[in-house]
Formats: sequence, C-alpha cells, structure tokens
Amino acid sequence: MATKMTGAQIIVEALKREGVDIVFGYPGGAVIDIYDELYRTPEIKHVLVRHEQGATHAADGLARSTGKVGVCLVTSGPGATNTVTGIATAYMDSIPIVVLTGQVPTKLIGNDAFQEVDITGITRPCTKHNFLVKRVEDLAWTLKAAFHIARTGRPGPVLVDLPKDIQQAKTDFHWPEEIRLRSYNPVYEPHKRQVEKAYRLLESSTRPVILVGGGVISSGAHEEVRELAELLHIPVTMTLMGLGGFPGTHEYSLGMLGMHGTYYANMAVANSDLIIAVGARFDDRVTGKVDAFAPMAKIVHIDIDPTSIQKNVRVDVPIVGDCKRSLAKLLEIIKEVGRPSKLWKEQFKEWWEQIDIWRRRYPLTYKQDGEHIKPQFVIEKLYQLTKGEAIVCTEVGQNQMWTAQFYKFDKPRTLLSSGGLGTMGYGFPAAIGAQMANPDKLVLDIAGDGSIQMNIQEMATAMDQRLPIKVIILNNGYLGMVRQWQELFYDRRYSAVQFATIPDFVKLAEAYGAVGLRATKPEEVEGVLKKALETNNLVLVDIHIAPEEGVFPMVPAGRATTEMILV
Amino acid sequence: MEKKHTLSVLVENTPGALARIVGLFAGRGFNIDSLCVAETLDPTLSHLTLVTHGDDMIIEQIIKQLRRLIDVYKVVDVTEEGEFVEREMALIKVRAEKETRAEVLRMCDIFRCKVVDVSPRTYTVEVTGPESKIEAVIELLKPLGIKELVRTGLIAMKREKKSA
Repeated sequence: MATKMTGAQIIVEALKREGVDIVFGYPGGAVIDIYDELYRTPEIKHVLVRHEQGATHAADGLARSTGKVGVCLVTSGPGATNTVTGIATAYMDSIPIVVLTGQVPTKLIGNDAFQEVDITGITRPCTKHNFLVKRVEDLAWTLKAAFHIARTGRPGPVLVDLPKDIQQAKTDFHWPEEIRLRSYNPVYEPHKRQVEKAYRLLESSTRPVILVGGGVISSGAHEEVRELAELLHIPVTMTLMGLGGFPGTHEYSLGMLGMHGTYYANMAVANSDLIIAVGARFDDRVTGKVDAFAPMAKIVHIDIDPTSIQKNVRVDVPIVGDCKRSLAKLLEIIKEVGRPSKLWKEQFKEWWEQIDIWRRRYPLTYKQDGEHIKPQFVIEKLYQLTKGEAIVCTEVGQNQMWTAQFYKFDKPRTLLSSGGLGTMGYGFPAAIGAQMANPDKLVLDIAGDGSIQMNIQEMATAMDQRLPIKVIILNNGYLGMVRQWQELFYDRRYSAVQFATIPDFVKLAEAYGAVGLRATKPEEVEGVLKKALETNNLVLVDIHIAPEEGVFPMVPAGRATTEMILV
Repeated sequence: MEKKHTLSVLVENTPGALARIVGLFAGRGFNIDSLCVAETLDPTLSHLTLVTHGDDMIIEQIIKQLRRLIDVYKVVDVTEEGEFVEREMALIKVRAEKETRAEVLRMCDIFRCKVVDVSPRTYTVEVTGPESKIEAVIELLKPLGIKELVRTGLIAMKREKKSA
C-alpha cells in the first residue's frame, strides 16, 4: 500500500528500514526539512557534532567498530565540502558510510546559488559511488542503492546529494526490498581452479607467509585465517589495516610488516617462497621498493576487488572473491586432501627455525632512559591495564605506529586507524562513533599533541553524549613523524614541526567539563592511566614523552624492506 | 611494452557517468588518445569507444578500474578480441584556390572522400576510414593548406567469424 510522503519523510523512513539508529550530523538551510522530520523520529538518535569532518569520521568509527554502515547528514556548500576528508579517509580504507548532503533546489543548481557546491563532482574520485537525486520518485530507490553499494563488494563511502525541493516534494512511497544493479555485481565466490592452484603452491612451498590485510576484517575472515595458519603452521603478518585479523598474541603472529613493521616480519616476507595475501593491496608502505619486494616469493592474492590484484606487484595466482569464502574454499581443499598437520609442520620446520632466529635477534623493543617517559612504555602499560580489550582509535603519525607495534590486537574491529589516507584528526571523532555504537566497551584514542588539535572541537560532542572516551595524548611537543624524517634524512633541520603554543590539555579538558590528567615522569604513568580508566567521563591524559623518541624499525621510503633502521 | 588498445565500453546513460570515466583516466594518470560516445539501441546505455595506450599491466588496470565503476556495464578490449573493424571520420576544410581545386578533387577521388561544403576559396571534405587512411589524407592535403580539421575519434566493432 502506497502512501504519499514528502522527500524528507522518505529519507528518514529509508534510514529506519536500513536499520540506522544513529546519525552524525550538522544542520543547515538545505537539510532543515530532514531535521524537521528527525525531530519527530525518536528511533533515530542524532548526534550533533561540531564540525562536519567529525561527523564523517564518527560514522566511519561506528562502521569500523561494528561492521554496519555509518551515516552522516550535513547541509549543502561548506557542510558538504567539510565532509570530503572524512569521505576520502573511508574510501582509502574501504569503510561503508553513507553521506547525505543537502543541496540547493534543483532549479538553482548550476547558478552559484547561496551555499551551492557541486559535491557529487568534488567527491567523484573519493566515493565508491555518488548520486544527485533529481526526482522525488527516484529517492527511495536511490537511498536503497546507496546502502547496498556501500556495504557490498569492496565496501566504501557513498554520497547522496539531496536538493531541498526534492525533500519537500511528495510522492508515493515504494520501498524496494531487493535491489539489482545490472552494472554492479561483485564476485564473492572464488574460482575453484584458482584456489586449487593456491593449494598446490602451498604443497611445494618451504617458506610460506600469510599476509593479512583489511579485507580480512571487513569480510570477517579472521577465523578462517587462524584455522589456515594453525592447520598448516604458517607464520602470519599483518598490514596496519589487518591488525586484529589474526591474534597479535598468537605464537604464529609476526606482527605488522612494512615501513614500521617488525624486523622478523619484513625478513620473513623478504625471504619467503610463497605469500598468501588476503585482502591486502600491497601499498607502498608495505612493499617498500617494489622491485626488491619478496624476490623469491610466488604470490597468491585473494581480494574481492580485481583492481587490487596485479596493481603494485606481479601475482602468480589471483583469486577474485570474498576473503572469507575464498579461505573457506582453500580450507575445504586442504581437508579433502587430508594431509596430516604434522607433515605440514615438518615441511616448515626449518623456516620456523630461521624465523625464531630473527625474532630473537631483533625483537620489537625500545630503550628506557630512566628519565623520560617512553611512548612505547605507555602503550605497553595501556595494553596491560586494559587487558587488550579496548577499542583503540589512533590519530596519525608516531602515535599510530607505536600503537600498532606495542598494543597487541587479538580481535578484529578493535583498532580504528586511518591507514590509507593517513588522516590526522581521525581518531577522536572515530572514537565518538565507536563509543556511541559500543556503549559498554572501553574506547581509547591514542593521539599526538599535533593530531588531537585537528578535531579537538569534538570534545563538546563527546560531552553532549556523555561518552567516557579516554584520550591518551603522547605529547612530545613536535609533529613527531615529520621531525623523525627531518632528523634522519634532512640533517635535523626541524622545519615547522614545533608548535610555539600548545594548550594546557588538562585545563582544556576541564573547560569542557571533562577530566584532565598529566604525567611527566615514568613513575607517574601507571597511576595516571589507572585513574583515567577508572573515571566515568571523557578524560584527556597529557603524557609528556621523550621529545625526540623515534619509531623503529624503520624502512626509509623507497628502500627495500630488508634495509631497516633498527632501534 | 607500450601498445595501443581500443576499448569498447557500455555505460549506464546517467548524468555524470562520462565524467566518472574521464575523471578516472585523469586521476590515475592513464592516457586517452581518443574518445567517442553515443547512445545505443537501448537508450538506457551509452556506448563509448576509447583508444588508450600503455603496457600490459597498465591496460589491465585501466580495464579493471573501468569495470569497478558502478555505472560501467561492460568493457571489452577490442584489440585483444581478434579481428575488428575500426572507423573514424574527419571533416577537413582545405584551401581550394583556382590552381589547387582540381588537385583537391583528385585526392578526394582517390581516397573516396566526399566534398560536403564548397566556398570560393575552400572545400570541406568528409573522409571515413581506419585511422591510417585519415592520417594519409591529412598528410597529403597538408601541402595544399588545411584551414580546419575535426576528427571524431575511433569507433570499432569486432568482426564476426567468416565460416558458420
């Protein structure tokens, strides 16, 4: 039975039918009709942010922590352009979000009207897809399609631009329960013959490595990865996006690889004869100098997106398909053949001996100096105190890499970090999204004194919603990662990496009604962290760390991953 | 090794679809040598013939990236599909003064071009054929003085098998 509804009503009804219960947004003239409808819709919780970038990152944090589609709603013009960084962040990391933007009335489009911007044009290269709705009759279908595209295949952000007159126009409401797009049919089932080829490579391999990327997390393939590794006794390394896709505390885990990966992960990959890459895209931070990447290895590459395969490295066995289903198929073949686990263990025995030598030679470590607080020590303490059970968001830079190295992620969807785009200011709003969606979990944002200032205005949002997020600021008074590069590669010419003014974070927290804590000596760290974790409020913990501590190991940009600078 | 490829692309006839394709090439640093777009028998689909060049890995990426676009229905690398017919059209406005008018017409005759517009000082010539022919005509007319030149870009179609 069809009933006449306004566009705004259709939009809100569509959100309900898609199971959306939280929307992050900021009102304005071009979305005022939708906000009027939300006013009457208690089922949907609207979180009023302080800047639209925060809304997109929060929607992204909700999506990463739950696997659902995150939603944000902003007005036209500046409201829309402010979402671009958040959209690009989600796009690079394949995160499903739907961004609803208001637009000037269709008659005014192209006229340089007040708060008009061609947002579909602007976001074309950084969305999976986008729509400008020009007829109210198309609205319900378009919204359904937006959610469908965002969450299926390789997930990603979808933007829907909504002219004001479309929100006000009336039409019959027809909700399509199913949607079929003839030009969009992602392939989930792997080609069996390809999987068999992968199996044969495993049989003839003596030095295999499983490389886990973010696709393992988005497809929920973590159990399959674990089963494969344990059944065949294969070491596992992870990209930044793949952390949590295999337990970081597992004896088969080599930790993260790449520019700031562990010595043993990089050595293992470089010396391997077979890489099973699952949902990873061989980004330059992972491969280092491509020509020197894993020269002896055959590569099996499982990915739902064919463009990821053979983009950066040559691949011997491409498998296009969902990571979970592809690994399940591989496991099926392994069980069918039924080679005893013992035999596999025997096959890789020497390989493990070599890996253990590397592990012992250069474990992941840092030096205490007895005077300064070492950031790695802070992360280790946080890991111990939270028993590894927090949802950890990071900003970007040294704070992010120290977290990736020293917090051991055992479960998927527990590390929320901007991997591909490297967006400073991501972590705190993402933590807001994660905490909104996971009210009973502990949510941390590990930040630097630089990046926390990029979206610090969202403290007010967190206070509005009474979110007890713990923000741990590793304060070194520098834009630390750039400083580290300047130290190592630019003769210590510290150009523009030191702020003359850094706010008093304790007072700042208090100004917002939050709690501010500070540690300046190593012996204060544990107490301060404990106190923060016990506090049922937003807490900013200002930890003054060794100012010139670096992130190591480090592979200089453009070098082979075996050319690591160690501690 | 760099090679020329002719891609045949079917795309949803929706606003912005062409912009997505062109933007993809610009954003990822791929080349477009020529591009030809028009409606198909099915008015909801547009057909696009795109000539590009690159090594095998680049061409593979171009095709995959095109297929990844939500609006792209089908991509065929005509160059890799065996025999195909390719055609391009050009309009050439060539100087045709008293002493050269006959020469222009002779050329047209040899290349089976049509004169589609005449003025006291110019002929406008329509020429159709594969790229090589268009280029040959242009080369030969150049010394006579080409005033204006418009080319459509290439369209292509796979040849059917000759035997049943």
